[in-house]
Amino acid sequence: MEKEIIKIAKLSRTFLVGNEEVHALKEISLNVKQGEFVSIMGASGSGKSTLLNILGCLDTATSGEYEIDGISVKKRTKNELSEIRNRKIGFIFQSYNLLPRTNALENVELPLLYNNSFSAKERLERAKEALIAVKLEDRMFHLSNQLSGGQQQRVAIARALVNDPVMLLADEATGNLDTRTSYEIMILFQELHQKGKTIVFVTHEKEISEFTGRTVVLRDGIILRDEKLISKSAIDALADYPNLMKVVS
Amino acid sequence: MKLVNLIKVAFSALLRNKGRAFLTMLGIVIGIASVIAMVSIGQSSSQSVSEQLSTMGSNMILIMPGKQMRGGVSMGVSNSKSLTMDDVTELKAKSHYIESVSPSVSSGGQLVYGTNNHPGNVQGVSPVYLTIRKYELKQGVMFNDDDVRVASKVCIVGKTVTDKLFPDGENPLGKMIRFGNVPFRIIGVLEPKGRNQMGQDQDDIVLAPYTTVQKRILAITHINMIFASAKSEEVSESAATEATQIIRENHELTGTTENDFEVRTQEELLSMMNSVTSMLTILLAAIASISLFVGGIGIMNIMYVTVTERTKEIGLRMAIGAKNRDILLQFLFESIILSLLGGVIGIVLGLLLSYSASTMLGWPFIMSEFAVIGSFLVCAATGVFFGWYPAKRAAQLDPITAIRYE
Repeated sequence: MEKEIIKIAKLSRTFLVGNEEVHALKEISLNVKQGEFVSIMGASGSGKSTLLNILGCLDTATSGEYEIDGISVKKRTKNELSEIRNRKIGFIFQSYNLLPRTNALENVELPLLYNNSFSAKERLERAKEALIAVKLEDRMFHLSNQLSGGQQQRVAIARALVNDPVMLLADEATGNLDTRTSYEIMILFQELHQKGKTIVFVTHEKEISEFTGRTVVLRDGIILRDEKLISKSAIDALADYPNLMKVVS
Repeated sequence: MKLVNLIKVAFSALLRNKGRAFLTMLGIVIGIASVIAMVSIGQSSSQSVSEQLSTMGSNMILIMPGKQMRGGVSMGVSNSKSLTMDDVTELKAKSHYIESVSPSVSSGGQLVYGTNNHPGNVQGVSPVYLTIRKYELKQGVMFNDDDVRVASKVCIVGKTVTDKLFPDGENPLGKMIRFGNVPFRIIGVLEPKGRNQMGQDQDDIVLAPYTTVQKRILAITHINMIFASAKSEEVSESAATEATQIIRENHELTGTTENDFEVRTQEELLSMMNSVTSMLTILLAAIASISLFVGGIGIMNIMYVTVTERTKEIGLRMAIGAKNRDILLQFLFESIILSLLGGVIGIVLGLLLSYSASTMLGWPFIMSEFAVIGSFLVCAATGVFFGWYPAKRAAQLDPITAIRYE
């Protein structure tokens, strides 16, 4: 029996806007097993950003349960949530969010700086390993602004991997990239998935969600569909890319 | 987060914006440098005053005639004959704190040697006068007690007098000069001493036995002044009190009768001069502190801008596990590093400034440890104080909004 990484039961999140209550999430339930590659889809206003914030322990639910890797997130202090984020989650953002004028290695090291159990030497080793895993071993000492968009996102993925999290949480990770680079990034995600990483990928692009093994569609705060599919190979998609362009022209 | 990592993070954040960090620091640099320079220069000037006073003899006590009452009528000071040799003898005999005592009588007139002349002043003293006033002989000898007893017509001259009377560089030793109708033989020449802090030329001086001046020039029996020296600088106040007592007894002044003389110590002069310079120092330091304060506000201002500008970075750090405290401390450290670094540069610059100022003015250079340590503490405090609010604001950002801030 595979371990449940995410266990969500009857989770609601309500915001108070003025005097009006806005129900961003309405009693949703969702489980993700270890090693799953899940995409969460939905239009804006569907509640997917709220779900992402809760999954990432940046926000807490108004009611209901959320367990990550067997740890209940309910009634945690801010500091405890910080620690959960630091140890259990690897964030990847749409706009990479690398530190400016800082080299790739230092960017990747960053999460380990907030974990006292790592020495400077261990940090460097782990960061190097993570950069090798995203095939950027020859760009370690390049400053973030000297890297292309795809390379920057790879550094961000390495940064998410460096603390060996139980789950990678990607927020529109291909949103700022062109199609070809998106495919390359998706190849990387599929590789990481094959190595056993649990990945939750929030996107609004249907095509991107086809590269994952399960798609959860949100609408108006409820889960509309939750279906498992055979994922498309990103390698094939990249190979097919020139033909795709021919058809268009 | 470990402290060493925190400092590293703060440093690398500052290094990412070197130009701005430098300009922010500049305010602190100028503030600290001016405080250090002002305090240091102030202390140098007061040191130079006391050094000059001590070349006059810091343990010197001056006794001058005061106003005299005759039958209820104040006779004024200038013609006062209240001090006599008897007072000098009494002081010598009875005082415990006084080392040496010399009477002083002086007469103004023209000094003549050959075709050269110089308006001068012959001061009649006893041989101990030299040690009381800390004069030294360059050539020749001081007259002795025998010269005093027989009222010899000998004198000791200062550099200004020899320059005026012997402009061709002739050796004045043994030459006869004339003062009015009285010829004096020069038996000694004094080491030059320069001007005192009032601007008086201390080398424009002719010393002769007091008996000679009393009998051969002025034909008087009283004396103009008494110069005494206390055994040390510390006891000069006690010596002054004691001298007052002895002379009062000798003048048969009882009860509440006013003194017909005045006793002054160098100490009084010194403390007066010091109070003036220290007041100036405080004033200058206060003005300089204002610039330090402005520098601190500069730091706060930049830190505020920085926090807004780096909202996204703060959001990211929080998302990957930075606690609020980590963010607070990072920004606090940045501001402390700025102000401490600025402080160190300011201290060096301030010391250089005061060193060159004292050298130029010929004052002794004093490094005020108090000002240096004080400034350093003030810098640290400035960093914490002015960095606190921006850092607090950074730490209170909501990670969800911060990470998506554009």
